[in-house]
Amino acid sequence: MTPEELRRLAESHEEARPEPRHRIKICVAAGCLSAGSDRVREALQNEIAQRGLESECEVKGVGCLGLCTAGPLMLVEPDGVMYQGVTEQDAPAIVESLGKKPVEQLVCPSDMSFFTKQYKIVLENSGVIDPEKIEDYIARDGYTALARVLEEMTPQEVIDEITRSGLRGRGGAGYPTGLKWSTVAKAGGSRKFVICNADEGDPGAFMDRSVLESDPHRVLEGMAIAAYAVGASQGFLYVRAEYPLAVKRLRTAIRQAERLGLLGNNICGTTFSFHVDIRLGAGAFVCGEETALIASIEGKRGQPRPRPPYPAEYGLWGYPTLINNVETFANVAPIIRNGGDWFASIGTEKSKGTKVFALAGRVRNTGLIEVPMGITLREIIFDIGGGIPDGHRFKAVQTGGPSGGCIPEQYLDMPVDYESLAKVGSIMGSGGMIVMDETSCMVDVAKFFMDFCVSESCGKCVPCRVGTAQMYHLLNKITSGEATMEDLALLEELCDMVKYTSLCGLGQTAPNPVLSTLQYFREEYIAHIVDKQCPAGVCQMRQ
Amino acid sequence: MNQPVRVKTLKIDDRDVSGREDETILEVARQNGIFIPTLCNLEGLTPIGACRLCLVEIKGVSRLLPACVTRVEEGMEVYTQSERLQKYRRMVLELLFSERNHICSVCVVNGHCELQNMAQILGMTHVSVPYRFPRLPVDASHERFVVDHNRCILCTRCVRVCDEIEGAHTWDVMGRGIDSRVITDLSQPWGESETCTSCGKCVNVCPTGALFEKGKPVSERLKKRQFLPYLTMMREERR
Repeated sequence: MTPEELRRLAESHEEARPEPRHRIKICVAAGCLSAGSDRVREALQNEIAQRGLESECEVKGVGCLGLCTAGPLMLVEPDGVMYQGVTEQDAPAIVESLGKKPVEQLVCPSDMSFFTKQYKIVLENSGVIDPEKIEDYIARDGYTALARVLEEMTPQEVIDEITRSGLRGRGGAGYPTGLKWSTVAKAGGSRKFVICNADEGDPGAFMDRSVLESDPHRVLEGMAIAAYAVGASQGFLYVRAEYPLAVKRLRTAIRQAERLGLLGNNICGTTFSFHVDIRLGAGAFVCGEETALIASIEGKRGQPRPRPPYPAEYGLWGYPTLINNVETFANVAPIIRNGGDWFASIGTEKSKGTKVFALAGRVRNTGLIEVPMGITLREIIFDIGGGIPDGHRFKAVQTGGPSGGCIPEQYLDMPVDYESLAKVGSIMGSGGMIVMDETSCMVDVAKFFMDFCVSESCGKCVPCRVGTAQMYHLLNKITSGEATMEDLALLEELCDMVKYTSLCGLGQTAPNPVLSTLQYFREEYIAHIVDKQCPAGVCQMRQ
Repeated sequence: MNQPVRVKTLKIDDRDVSGREDETILEVARQNGIFIPTLCNLEGLTPIGACRLCLVEIKGVSRLLPACVTRVEEGMEVYTQSERLQKYRRMVLELLFSERNHICSVCVVNGHCELQNMAQILGMTHVSVPYRFPRLPVDASHERFVVDHNRCILCTRCVRVCDEIEGAHTWDVMGRGIDSRVITDLSQPWGESETCTSCGKCVNVCPTGALFEKGKPVSERLKKRQFLPYLTMMREERR
């Protein structure tokens, strides 16, 4: 399929279905679905059918609209009205109001800074297209980047474009994507693999899930472009089994793309072939670590192995393998379409582009956001997030999941980029952001993440297997008022040891939540140990 | 014609040494009489870098790397005995002792145990982390051997020898994190295992008293590990 044919397909898709007078776009991503958006959708369809308005009015399921806290969300076009918290009972009123005055009590002000402060690249189609229709994606310039790459660019030119964009891995560590691609491209051998890491396991994070549920083709297109650039002909999407909706939509998307010759053999009539298969992760957090993920795809126990050799050199079944995160792949097509320089003009000097965050915890507007790199934490939490509800006071924000740390108030005006976050003892991570107010006990937060690491450690290396269990035990002692200052010293010693001696990223970063809370909220630890009190009133002290 | 093997020169603890490009830091160190402690490593089995005792410092590398799986490189400067490394190694041992019920005085391999030896060599005088005292079973269903999970340090030597040398793959690991446990077949009693050939290799490679032979006086429960390199060599020769 050439770019010309793609364009014609997009046009014929539009023509075949004349624009209805009214179109109701309702979010059918997991968040709104769980709030009953499928029932609302059905109610709307029934209502429209009853009134015989089928030709004039269409109800369309779309991907995530972002403001999950107010779900189910819907967007009425062309009126441009957004409704929040819709129920089945609202269906008659909504259909009645089409083209007239909107239903006042349901309106979600779309001019609120939650929407206006965002910059959408990865999520540009999210909430706009039907994720189960490839034509919708193509109508939004989908697969044109792939077609162009195959027709006009050499693999090296593709890598150069990605390098120029300054894109860094969105899985957490921020490794330069162009460099990774060129390493795999240079690795010898005719057999190579591309893997998309969709094993998102951080507590409170749902960026990858939303992208896969809202715009699966974009990830596939990014993978195909990557495969062309590095010389791979087989790809794997490693998705956690807890994301059934994402898996279902991916399966549909792969089938659709194959039918149109955009995946599979001789893509777009060229000699390039690329097949994608889905592999389900059985719910082990450590399988997000690349070597453990590879072992899992190979059918082995999902345990990491020491690196080097890195997967770029020795990956799946020993062949050179490119592994990128969902969001990284989702950035590829827009970079090719608009050029690396365009992407590099967004963000900060060392962190380019945008980042998707899952904003959760004690903020008014929780949900999925995409912001340019370099935006401050204050803008995210107070402008986009709407601040702390119920008159409480901001205390800390936890970024980066179990590998990250808690950032206190004094750094609220810090720009959000890889380096700045690392400087204050946290990380970008995959993009979970949990806001806490004074009702949160920081020792308890550290204990929560340590508990997570204990149950998710694979058990292969001693520091992570036993060290995290000992650290959890000590934190438990502190929160129950049974610890001494010696225990705190031992905890700190273990943090250091586990951090520097563990085999993989899970163990190496497991102490981070403890270290960062100790750095900024040490007095809370002391209060638990010396005064036998929990300042936030969360921990129950044993007498 | 065979590819020429490249030789690298490097420094280990400020000593000039040389090694083939396919050799690891541990191998080269041992050839030169430089001691690097190991537990999960055993010559003849695939190294896995799991026990973390062999971690070394390499100049210019911020991370600590396991000597057993890190290949030598030209100009590398390796340090194996820094104070920091010794402290970490002792802590690894302390964590191992605290993890299960390692009570040497009532152990069948008291005096011949690699874990015990290592603690002596590395100067571990006490355990500063709390003991966990897990309740773990002892499986004596096999007619010749016993597995006592209280002594297991999860080095997976038994798993590897059974898979890589004997080819039976009777052993594996189940569970994760602190709940990991070696199992036979699909966690069935060892005595009921259909794959076990009763060859006894696992018992001989086990560094502690976790695997031992029945019906022998303690003094005779010495483990013989010399056969491994020999078997590997013979296998390579046949290829």
